[in-house]
This record gives sequence, C-alpha cells and structure tokens, in this order.
Amino acid sequence: MLLLTCPNCGVTAEESEFHQGGEAHLRRAGPGSPDDAFEGYLFTRRNPHGVHFERWRHVFGCGKWFHAARCTATLEVFGTYPAQTTEPPADIVAAIRAKRPDWEGFR
Amino acid sequence: MARKRYSVFAVAREALRGHTGWPRAWASPEPRARYEAIIIGAGGHGLATAYYLGKNFGITDVAVLEKGWLGGGNTGRNTTIIRSNYLQDPSAAIYEKARSLYETLSQELNYNIMFSPRGVIMLAQTEHEVRGYTRTAHANALQGVATEFIGPQRVKELCPIISLDGPRYPVLGGLWQSRAGTARHDAVAWGYARACSDMGMHIIQKCEVTGIRSEGGRVTGVTTTRGDIGCDKLGVVVAGHSGRLAEMAGFRLPIESIGLQALVSEPVKPCMDVVVMANTVHGYMSQSDKGEMVIGGGADGFNNYTQRGSFHNIEQTVRALVETFPMISRLKMLRQWGGVVDMTGDRSPIISKTPLEGCYINCGWGTGGFKAIPGSGWGMAELMARGHSPLTEAFGMERFREGRFIDESVAAGVAH
Ligand SMILES: Cc1cc2nc3c(=O)[nH]c(=O)nc-3n(C[C@H](O)[C@H](O)[C@H](O)COP(=O)(O)OP(=O)(O)OC[C@H]3O[C@@H](n4cnc5c(N)ncnc54)[C@H](O)[C@@H]3O)c2cc1C
Ligand SMILES: [Zn+2]
Repeated sequence: MLLLTCPNCGVTAEESEFHQGGEAHLRRAGPGSPDDAFEGYLFTRRNPHGVHFERWRHVFGCGKWFHAARCTATLEVFGTYPAQTTEPPADIVAAIRAKRPDWEGFR
Repeated sequence: MARKRYSVFAVAREALRGHTGWPRAWASPEPRARYEAIIIGAGGHGLATAYYLGKNFGITDVAVLEKGWLGGGNTGRNTTIIRSNYLQDPSAAIYEKARSLYETLSQELNYNIMFSPRGVIMLAQTEHEVRGYTRTAHANALQGVATEFIGPQRVKELCPIISLDGPRYPVLGGLWQSRAGTARHDAVAWGYARACSDMGMHIIQKCEVTGIRSEGGRVTGVTTTRGDIGCDKLGVVVAGHSGRLAEMAGFRLPIESIGLQALVSEPVKPCMDVVVMANTVHGYMSQSDKGEMVIGGGADGFNNYTQRGSFHNIEQTVRALVETFPMISRLKMLRQWGGVVDMTGDRSPIISKTPLEGCYINCGWGTGGFKAIPGSGWGMAELMARGHSPLTEAFGMERFREGRFIDESVAAGVAH
C-alpha cells in the first residue's frame, strides 16, 4: 500500500484514494508529426525497473492531478510535486540522488 | 539422459521399488560457448518456443536461459484459465490453436498437464455485456470457435452456487465455451522442459541475462551471470521483464509492467465444475482438483516489479465475488500472491522481429497468456525458424506505429 501526499491540497493518504495515470512528462505529438512520434507519445513507455515519474490523480479528494517519483522495484516513494512542470524539480531529483546514487538521471 | 516413458507400468514398477528409480525429468548442464538459438526465459512461452523449434523445425542446438527457476515467473503464478473466445480474428486463431494443442498435450509430451475442458462462462451482468458477448458469439461462429450465448437459467444449471439476482448486477446471461477450462500450470512448464531436455536442448536455470551483444546491427550473443554465450538467433520471452531486455537490445516497447494478484481458499468439497468469470465486477473463480477455490481479479493500478500487490485490490475482488457466489463469504483464504504482467496498449501480445536482426520478442501477454502457451510457442518457433508465421503476423510490434491494433480490451474486460 503506497502512501502519497497530494501537493495540491496537502492531504497524505493511502493509494486507494488516488488513481495512477501513467508515465509523466511525455511529449505530446502534434498535428503533422510523423507516425513514430505518435507511437512514442501514445504507446512507447520507459517502464523502468527503478526510478519512475508518473501522473497521479487525487480522485477521492480534491480531484486534481499531480506527479510522483517512485521506485518500481521497491515501491519507495521519493516525493510528489505539482503537475505543471515539464521535468522533475531540483528537490525531487536531489531526494532521488540521495537514495539512488547510481541513478542515471532524468531522460 | 535417456527419457523413461511415464506409464501405468512405470508407476506400478516404481511403487514396488519405493520410487527410487525415477530419473530426473530434465538435465542441468553447464552452458556451452555457443548455440544456434538462445531463448531467454524458461516460462511456458519460452519453453514451448524451444520445444516447437525442435519438433517442427529440427532445431535442437538450443539453450533456454532462466534467471530464477523454471516456471517461477507468471507461468507458475496464474489461475490457469484456458479459453479462446476472443473477438478479433488474429486472437481467435492463436488462442484456438493453443486450446486445441492443449487437448492432446499430455499425450504428446507424455506428461500429465491435467487439461480439464470443464467449460468457461463469462457472465453478462449489464445490457452492454449482453450485446458485447452476443457479438463475440457471432464472431466466434465465423472463426470456427465453438461458443454460445446462454440465458440465466442455463448459467444456474451449469453453476448452481451462483446467485442470479445479485443486488447490484443480476446475471443476464453468459458467453459459454464448453471446451475451455483449466490445466496444471507447473506441469505445462515441466512437461515442455522434459521434452526439450530429451531433444538435447540445454535448460539453464539461475542464469540471468545481463546484456545482449551485437555486431553491425545483428545479435551475436548474450552476457549472463554464468558468462558470455554466443548465438545466431535470440528469442526474448520474459513477460514482465521485457522492457529491461529490450533496453539491453537497444529498443523500446509499448509495454508497462503491472502487478496482478490471485488467491486461493481453504479446500472444500466439490461445488463448482466450471470456470466463471465476472468481468463487470472484476472477479473470476474456479475450483482446483484439491478443492481450493481459485480466485483472481483485475490488475493493480501502477507500474510494479515487486511481485507484491496491494490489499485493497484483493478486497475488491473478493467483495465482488461474494455478491455473485454468496457461499464463499464463509471461506477462509489460504494464500495470496502476485506476478508482474506485461500490458500492451491494445491488450494483445507482441510476437515480433525487432530492430536488432536475429533477435525476436514474445511478450505482452499481460493477464492472459497461460492459455496461449502452446499456440504462442508454435508461432514463435516458426517466426524464428522461417522469418515469418501466419499465426503471429498480425502481432508484430510495428502495429502500434501503423495503427493496426488488435483491440481485445473491450472484448476481454480486464483480467483474462
Ligand atoms: C495472478 C495471475 C493470474 C493469471 N491468470 C491467468 C489465467 O487464468 N489464464 C491465463 O491464460 N493467463 C493468466 N495469467 C497470465 C499468465 O500467467 C502469463 O501471461 C504467462 O504465464 C506468461 O508466460 P511467460 O512464459 O511469457 O512468462 P513467465 O512465466 O513470467 O516467464 C518469464 C521468465 O523469464 C525469466 N526472466 C526474466 N528476466 C530474465 C533475464 N534477464 N534472464 C533470464 N531469465 C529472465 C523470469 O524469471 C521468468 O521465469 C495470470 C497471471 C498472473 C500473474
Ligand atoms: Zn488533493
């Protein structure tokens, strides 16, 4: 059972109050993009064994979306942060580095 | 190791000798420096691929490399439902091929895989499902897969412990496949392993692949925890770990690895001789030969490689099934476990060439690949031996770029 803190309303709750919405920071392919770009945006996923950035929604709470950094190999949550970013903020990156010194970094 | 045939005479002889004369079912050799073909992953799909490479194409210079123990992945963790009542033609073809191979697999492998074609009912509990399954029954008729849409009374006759007028979702009917059923999951892996070993193939356990070697865009071998091993052809068949292997081979997949759990109850007297799936409420149940009620549900909600799931998912599954089968509310649950399932965007598998020449991949079976093992191995072996297979053609990974999905997510509910 994961414990997550919603950065929008500040509530900390069990995962059953939230819903995962897939990988975060995907780059949306626009009109006229080649097929590869659409495939990448719609289907291709990093699916890492380790540090994963993902979207979550506080469905049974404030209803808003946010992002989380989490380890898929241990279920450890490194931190959560607002959805209005295109990459993880410095404090989240630092929190991951502190616990996973050999992490290869974002992208 | 010469294989001794299992037979009633062998059982009688061994009974008299205190069971001291049974040979090991498969050998555990040291890896050679090179093989014609290497299969990564000794789950059902990997072992079946190796078996049909030998049986159908005479390719026996094969090693199957397994990081843990044989059948210790999803193959040994599933709830063993076998059916072929899918909506799309390519699915019906490969799942029905598999189901029909299961019918005679015990005889063919000389190993009792306990295939039990007891029949599977997929309940229709909403008007939407009634329409959906009626459509599937029509599709199945065209595909030559024997299924029928049955009414509530027939459901009750087939499964007396069911409650037809559940408080939330009354049973409005069901899609019935009478030659669907279950088999013993470990035995499928063990039977194929024994047959592969008998053909001279090497099954190497506790041998984790940590790298894939290539030269000029062509695979040349693998790096493992037991040294480098060369090969001409490589088959990657590692279910939930496909993303990691794809990364080693230098490409990405439209796959996410998610937890899926199941549980069994204490054993009780026979009370249910069919498999019932209730997709609207996300639960399914059958009774094992030992008497345990075998229960499964929907996949957990997020990427997870730990083989552990969250309790609330189990709770949801059981809550749903108690409505459909009130008698199970008194049962104690004995064991619960999880696997790492490989989910694709259209809920259909990938059996495909890859950007790395000589390297083939078989994955994406998600929550429902046990039923497909013989058909998948048959097609994958043909793909690896000949470069193409009618059975696997539609399942290439380029379909996600080309928009040619084999959409079973609607037809199959969730877990299957
Ligand atoms: C709880 C649960 C219930 C299910 N119920 C059903 C059902 O009722 N009916 C149905 O049809 N399907 C069901 N499934 C799905 C089914 O179990 C799978 O689709 C199927 O078993 C996949 O087989 P496989 O051979 O591809 O994978 P696996 O059996 O997982 O085998 C892959 C093997 O690869 C090995 N491996 C991974 N990485 C490496 C590496 N780097 N080097 C070497 N080896 C490696 C693993 O150790 C593993 O043994 C269920 C799954 C689960 C988890
Ligand atoms: Zn919130």
